[in-house]
Amino acid sequence: MTRYWWKVLAVLILLYTIIAGLTIQIPMIGTNAESSRGLFFHVPMWIAMYTLFTISVVNSLLYLVKYDLKRDVAASSAANVGTFFGVLGFATGTLWATYTWGSTLPTDPKQMSTALALFIYMAYLVLRMSIQDIDKRARISAVFNVFAFALLIPLTYIIPRMVDSLHPGAGNTPGFSKDDTDHHMMMVFYPAMVGWALLGVWLYSLQMRYRKLELKNIFGNDRP
Amino acid sequence: MIVRKALSGCFTLFLMCLSLLASAQQQNTEKGPVNEFFRSNGKIYVVVGVLVIIFLGIVLFLVRLDRKISKLEQRQQP
Repeated sequence: MTRYWWKVLAVLILLYTIIAGLTIQIPMIGTNAESSRGLFFHVPMWIAMYTLFTISVVNSLLYLVKYDLKRDVAASSAANVGTFFGVLGFATGTLWATYTWGSTLPTDPKQMSTALALFIYMAYLVLRMSIQDIDKRARISAVFNVFAFALLIPLTYIIPRMVDSLHPGAGNTPGFSKDDTDHHMMMVFYPAMVGWALLGVWLYSLQMRYRKLELKNIFGNDRP
Repeated sequence: MIVRKALSGCFTLFLMCLSLLASAQQQNTEKGPVNEFFRSNGKIYVVVGVLVIIFLGIVLFLVRLDRKISKLEQRQQP
C-alpha cells in the first residue's frame, strides 16, 4: 500500500471526474453549451503532457551531468508517453473546435504552435530511432530534448497568450482564473488535472521499467 | 499451462455472455430505483456507466501489466 497509493489515488480521482464531469450542473453559455464539459477532459491531457515533458527534460539534464544510461531510459519513456498525451489533447481539441469554432483546424495560434511543439517531440523520438549506438543516441537526444523543452514553453504557453486566439486566456478572451469560471466546474477541473497527470506518470513508469528490463544485459545486476 | 488457463477464461466469459443473452430476450420495462435512476436526466447516467466500465477495464489492464513487470523485475534480481 505504501508504494502504490498514488496509483489508487489517480484511479479514484479519475472515477470522480468522469462521473461528476458528466453530471454536474454547468452554465450553458453560447456555442459551447454542454461541450464546456470538455474542459474536464481536454485540458488535463495537456497537463499530463507538461508533467511528463518536465520529467523528461529533468532526466535528460541529469543524464548530461553523469552519463547514466538509466536517466536516458527515463527521459525517452517520459517523452514517449508525453507525446501520446499531446496527441490525445490535440485530437480532442480538434473535435471540440469542429462544433464550437466551426472548423476542425481554424487558424488559431495556440492550435498551430502546439502542433509545432508536438512535431518537435516526434522528431525527438524519430531521432532516437535513427541512431544505433546506445551512448551516442543518449547524448544527442538528451541535448535535443533540452532544446525541445525550451521551445515547448514559449510555443504552447507564452506566444499563444500574446496574440488574439480562440483559446481562453489569450489576447482579449478570459482565462481560467477563479473569477471567470464557474466555481462548481473548478471543483472537477483541478482534481482532473491531478488525476490525469498521475495516470500519465503511471504509464511512464510502466514503460520505463519495461525498457530497463529490455536493457538488463547492459545495466548489469544492480537495482534499477 | 498458460494456454489452458486462457482457454478456460475465454470459456467462462462465453458462458457469461450466453446467460446474459438469455436474460436479455425480453425488453427491460421494469421499474425500481436502479432502472429509474438510469432512465432519469435524458439517460445521461447510461453514458456515465459506459465510461466508468471502459475506464475500469483500462485500469484493470494496467494493474495486471504492472504486476507482470514487477514479477519480471523480481525474477531478474540475482
